[in-house]
Amino acid sequence: MSRVGKIARRTFLVGSAMIAGGVAFGTYLVRSPHANPLLEGLDKGEATFNPWVKISRTGITLITPHADLGQGVASAQALLIAEEMDLEMDQFQVSFGEPAAAYYNRALAEESLPFLATDEGRIAESSRTIVSALLKPLGMQGTGGSSAMSDSFDKLREAGAVARETLKLAASRQTGVAISDLRTEAGAVYLPDGTAVPYTELAEAAAAVEPVTRVRLREPSEWRLIGKPTKRVDMVAKSTGTMTYGIDLAVEGMVYAAIRINPRQGGKLVRYDATEALEMRGVQKLVEITGGIAVIADNTWRAIRAAEAVEIEWGEAPYPAEQAQHWEAVAASFNEDHLDQRWRNDGDVDAVLGASGDVFEAEYRSPYVAHAPLEPLNAIVLVGDEFTDVWTGHQLPQLLQMQVSAITGHTSGNVRFHNQFVGGSFGHRLEIGFVEQAAEIAVQMRGTPVKLTYSREEDFAHDFPRHIAMGRGRGSVANGQVEAVDLSIAAPSVFASQFGRLGYSVPGPDLQIAAGAWNNPYLLPNFRMRAYRAPELAPVSSWRAVGAPGAGFIFDSFLDELIHKAGADPMEERIRLMEHEVSRKVLEAVAEMSSWGGELGSNKGRGVAFVESFGVPFAQVVEVTNTDQGIRIDRVWAACDTGTIIDPANFEGLVQGGIVWALGHAINCEITYADGMAEQSNYHAHQGMRMYQAPEIFVRGLENGHKTRGLGEPMVPPAAPALANAIFAATGKRIREMPFDKHIDFV
Amino acid sequence: MRLTVNRTPYDVDVEPEMPLLWVLRDELGLTGTKYGCGIAQCGACTVHMDGMAVRSCQIPAEAADGAEIVTIEGLGTPEALHAVQQAWIEHQVAQCGYCQSGQIMQAASLLDMNPDPSDEEIDRVMSGNLCRCGTYPRIRAAVKTAGAKMRGA
Ligand code: FES
Ligand code: FES
Repeated sequence: MSRVGKIARRTFLVGSAMIAGGVAFGTYLVRSPHANPLLEGLDKGEATFNPWVKISRTGITLITPHADLGQGVASAQALLIAEEMDLEMDQFQVSFGEPAAAYYNRALAEESLPFLATDEGRIAESSRTIVSALLKPLGMQGTGGSSAMSDSFDKLREAGAVARETLKLAASRQTGVAISDLRTEAGAVYLPDGTAVPYTELAEAAAAVEPVTRVRLREPSEWRLIGKPTKRVDMVAKSTGTMTYGIDLAVEGMVYAAIRINPRQGGKLVRYDATEALEMRGVQKLVEITGGIAVIADNTWRAIRAAEAVEIEWGEAPYPAEQAQHWEAVAASFNEDHLDQRWRNDGDVDAVLGASGDVFEAEYRSPYVAHAPLEPLNAIVLVGDEFTDVWTGHQLPQLLQMQVSAITGHTSGNVRFHNQFVGGSFGHRLEIGFVEQAAEIAVQMRGTPVKLTYSREEDFAHDFPRHIAMGRGRGSVANGQVEAVDLSIAAPSVFASQFGRLGYSVPGPDLQIAAGAWNNPYLLPNFRMRAYRAPELAPVSSWRAVGAPGAGFIFDSFLDELIHKAGADPMEERIRLMEHEVSRKVLEAVAEMSSWGGELGSNKGRGVAFVESFGVPFAQVVEVTNTDQGIRIDRVWAACDTGTIIDPANFEGLVQGGIVWALGHAINCEITYADGMAEQSNYHAHQGMRMYQAPEIFVRGLENGHKTRGLGEPMVPPAAPALANAIFAATGKRIREMPFDKHIDFV
Repeated sequence: MRLTVNRTPYDVDVEPEMPLLWVLRDELGLTGTKYGCGIAQCGACTVHMDGMAVRSCQIPAEAADGAEIVTIEGLGTPEALHAVQQAWIEHQVAQCGYCQSGQIMQAASLLDMNPDPSDEEIDRVMSGNLCRCGTYPRIRAAVKTAGAKMRGA
């Protein structure tokens, strides 16, 4: 591309961000520097106006490129298009589409910058824009960082509006009626005499007109769909067993594969004996792949059983073999050599603590935890002459194409990725290893589609869990208030581990080591927050909310301890310290909802916690009872601010589910290593929450923030500290380590 | 061996110890029944065998010989929903949805035996079904709605 072209593109981007800031009089100029992937493979009589909308005589397809991991973004993305396009929710099909640069995720890039997400000042805003502009040409399409909604909110409404206006233009040309006399409703253009011309009938004519580029987005008061409870598009299929997940797909001529990979992750395959396995019924073949073997059979169970029958000698783990050594390595990282970043240095912590006669100190731990979504990892790969086809659910389509391309030898463009609905991810489907393994097997089976299904045990053994973290706090109180907080958190870098597996190094400090700790918008008079980077230990990856579940637990627990030392009320003192108005309202909401300060029954206790992550301020109150059999979690009140709420019904369900997730892991989940292997092999040893433990959960979403933000993750971080704080209130026992059942019984 | 699934008889030729789960999924192509753990910990594989909710990952094929099996596909369809499925849609229960076939089969069996279960009974019977997405609050509500409908209340 010529230099001029590049500059023009970048200029456009800065311009478009200014428009998003509200400079352009409500008129959006819609242009994309990337080609519309729907133009390819368009049949005669089909029309597409942008990468998200395709219309033919027989139907309307909306492309929802963000992977649906269960959070309902397929529905939410379609709803945004339908809002402006005047479609009802049952008038279209949704498709994940093909990977394409046009589906670049702008919001993901923004959140990777080290600014307070609540800081919308000029410097932070312009830097977000710059990174966004630099990444856009790379065309990285991804789902993660709770970014799907912030990425989509304007973009998809624009796409819907463009489609609507273009259809009106086509109708106007066809009928001779002026555009201003046409209106649209429920999938049709209406003429002044009331005649309805369905969009599908206009497809052919619309295909011939140049898409309209100047559109006005509707005012919130005009919205029909946004902000109202909708029926998710996937709900009937998911309630009738008719949703086809990747694990359910069958491709003509397919064989079934199961793997055994060194459970000492990254270790070698030393030798194996497959004599017995190869004689088992239905077994066709054994192939070697990186770090292990795969067995091919004519059925999933036969493949898994045969793989288990292979006798294998594994090499050593490239990290310390025992869990205690991992903690020792983290504990030894609190020193200048390992200082990753000093995120905050407000006031004069050294002077205040030096002068205080009563410095309070405490240490906290957050363990390795598995993602373990209920659908085990799986992928189908077919290596043909010209193309490689991949069927699986994944959050990073372009990365998948690159990695598979390196294995099968086809160019990235000739790796055809068919994205699927998945049975949960929580970060697991950001990992690429399972797809690479399927490709390694398929390349040895050219021309035959191979379906790799992980056994649950293999899935646990290779989960790439959430990283461990340790926190050390020193602090003081004076006159009934928190006076100084000196917090240090040490952890291995998730991103170094995750990108390291792909051969990239990540420069600069790791934002996630102290995420959920340094960025909470409190105005503490003296606050130092240092992050220390521990050496890489077991391979780890992004677990729902990444750094904030660990660091948020450490920060909020320590703050709670100081507030109790000061003799202040946990809610009032947090509200007093909260500088950011949108966040303060979140705390006030949860106080009001829970009638904080009211009389509780005997043996009951309440805790509050506040953690901001991914730009979403989130507060929760947990109420527990200390029964004869242990702690019972009774009720939770949750309030947050995500800006505009797209679908309140899905919003409530997601928040409740995420809190159940977070509390369950805080109570009873950890991955520990012995002899270099994860000791937990299935759900009996890593349970999470079951129904009998699930509290009643009351949810309120405030809409004071002016950015629309997603909600895949931010409900997770405050739950564990709110529970620990509640247990302290009910029992006087302070728990400083997850999972809590190491220290106290639960009903 | 011979088994009846959703009122259709099938002859299958498999190892006697192959779990019913895999007979259904890989031999008969009925993929609504899910594999989650293989060790009776998650309930994703729940089906009805001779009217009882069972974990199909724990039923060897030989034990299903001659049995009447009902899977999620046989409980109701998008066009003809079972009361439990209707309630699930009304309450918008599913997130990833992967556990929900098993949840629905377990709930249908519970309500078959007692269409008016107490909160404790719902919790007790449903606690063997894991939901990683944490949809328990809505499952509880949907079980009650379905029960009321089945009682004609
Ligand atoms: S797969 Fe049968 S209980 Fe989990
Ligand atoms: S809805 Fe995802 S596991 Fe239950």
